[in-house]
Amino acid sequence: MAALGSPGRTLRGLLRELRYLNAATGRPYRDTAAYRYLMKAFRAHRVRKPHWVTSEKLCRAQHELHFQAATYLCLLRSVREHLALHQEFHGKGERSVEESAGLVGLQLPSQPGGKGWEP
Amino acid sequence: MWRSCLRLQDWGRRLLKWPPGDPTASARLGPAPQSPARAYAPPTERKRFYQNVSITQGEGGFEINLDHRKLKTPQAKLFTVPSEALAIAVATEWDSQHDTIKFYTMHLTTLCNTSLDNPTQRSKDQLIWAAVKFLDTDTICYRVEEPETLVELQKNEWDPIIEWAEKRYGMEIGSSTSIMGPNIPAKTREVLVSHLASYNMWALQGIEFVMAQLKSMVLTLGLIDLRLTVEQAVLLSRLEEEYQIQKWGSIEWAHDYELQELRARTAAGTLFVHLCSENTTVKHKLLQE
Repeated sequence: MAALGSPGRTLRGLLRELRYLNAATGRPYRDTAAYRYLMKAFRAHRVRKPHWVTSEKLCRAQHELHFQAATYLCLLRSVREHLALHQEFHGKGERSVEESAGLVGLQLPSQPGGKGWEP
Repeated sequence: MWRSCLRLQDWGRRLLKWPPGDPTASARLGPAPQSPARAYAPPTERKRFYQNVSITQGEGGFEINLDHRKLKTPQAKLFTVPSEALAIAVATEWDSQHDTIKFYTMHLTTLCNTSLDNPTQRSKDQLIWAAVKFLDTDTICYRVEEPETLVELQKNEWDPIIEWAEKRYGMEIGSSTSIMGPNIPAKTREVLVSHLASYNMWALQGIEFVMAQLKSMVLTLGLIDLRLTVEQAVLLSRLEEEYQIQKWGSIEWAHDYELQELRARTAAGTLFVHLCSENTTVKHKLLQE
C-alpha cells in the first residue's frame, strides 16, 4: 500500500500551501475556490480517520480521495520549491558588459564623444 | 548607390546591437536602441493582466474566466475541462502567478492545452502503441552488473514493483542486464493494450506525460493504480542518481532543482490522469452517512 500518512497531515499541508499561495495577493485563503472544494470533499468523505478504521465500502473512495489530495499537495509543494530554486540559482540572466569587465578587474572606458559609429 | 549604403549601415547596426523586442528598428535610421546592449536578453514575460480568476460551467464542461474574459488554448479554442476539481486546480495555478506569468510552472494548464488542441494530432491507437513500445526500454527493467551495492539496491527496490505489476495484470515482464533489454512477450503487450484502451484520450495524454518524465511504464502503472506515491515513484525512477548523491553529495542547483521539477511534472500528470478518468460515484457517497 502507498505510504500516504494520515489524512489530517495531508489536509494541513494543503492548507499551508494555499496560505503561501495567497499570502502575496493579500486575499484570505478561505475565500478561494480551492479551499472550499477541499473542505467540502474532506468533510463529505470523512477522510479524518485512517482507512483501516472505517468500513470497507467507503474505504476505497476515501483512499482515492486521500491519494489525489496527497498528489495535489506534492504538486503545490514541488512547484513552489522549484520556483524558489530557479529564482535563487538560475533567475539572474546574463551579466552586462560592465559587470563582466568588473569580474577581472577591468573598467570600460568612457568616451566623451560617444563611439565613432554611433550617431 | 546611396540606397545600398543605407542598407549596409542598417545591417551593420543590427549585427552590432540588437535592441530586444524592437521590430521597427530596421526601418529607422536615427535613434539609438533604448536599453543597454546585451548579447542575450530573455523574451519579455507577460505580466499578470487580470485580477480575479473564476470558474463557470458551460455546455462542454467547466471554463476558466480571467476577470471577465474566457481562457483560450494556444490554438484559440475555448478552454473547457470535464472535471470541476481539475478546473479549480487550473484556476489556482493562474491565480498563483504574481507580477509575471510563468508558464513553466503551470503544468496542469499545459496538459489541458495539449489534450484540447492535440497539436501532434495523434489518434488513441497511436498513443497506446507508443506507450506499450516504451515497455521495451523501461528503466526498472534495465539492471547494472556492478557495483555490488547498486545491484542490491536495484533488486530490493525495483523487483517488488515488477512483481506487483506482473501479478496485478497477469503478464510477464522480467528484468535484464543486457544492452538489448528485457524480452517482452506478445501476451504482455496485448494485456497492456487492452488495459490502456479503457482510458479516454485525456487520461492517455496524461499517462504518456508521466511516462516520459519517469522513463518507465511500470512506475506509471504503479502511480495510476495508487500503488506508489509520487515521491516514491520519483525516487525509484532516479534510483541510481540518489545512490550517487548519497555517495558523493548533492548539488542543490542541479540535483534538487531537477528533483523538484520532476516531482512537479509527475504529480501534475498523475493528478490529471485521475481527475480525467474518475466517474461520478462521488455524488452518492455523500448521503450514506
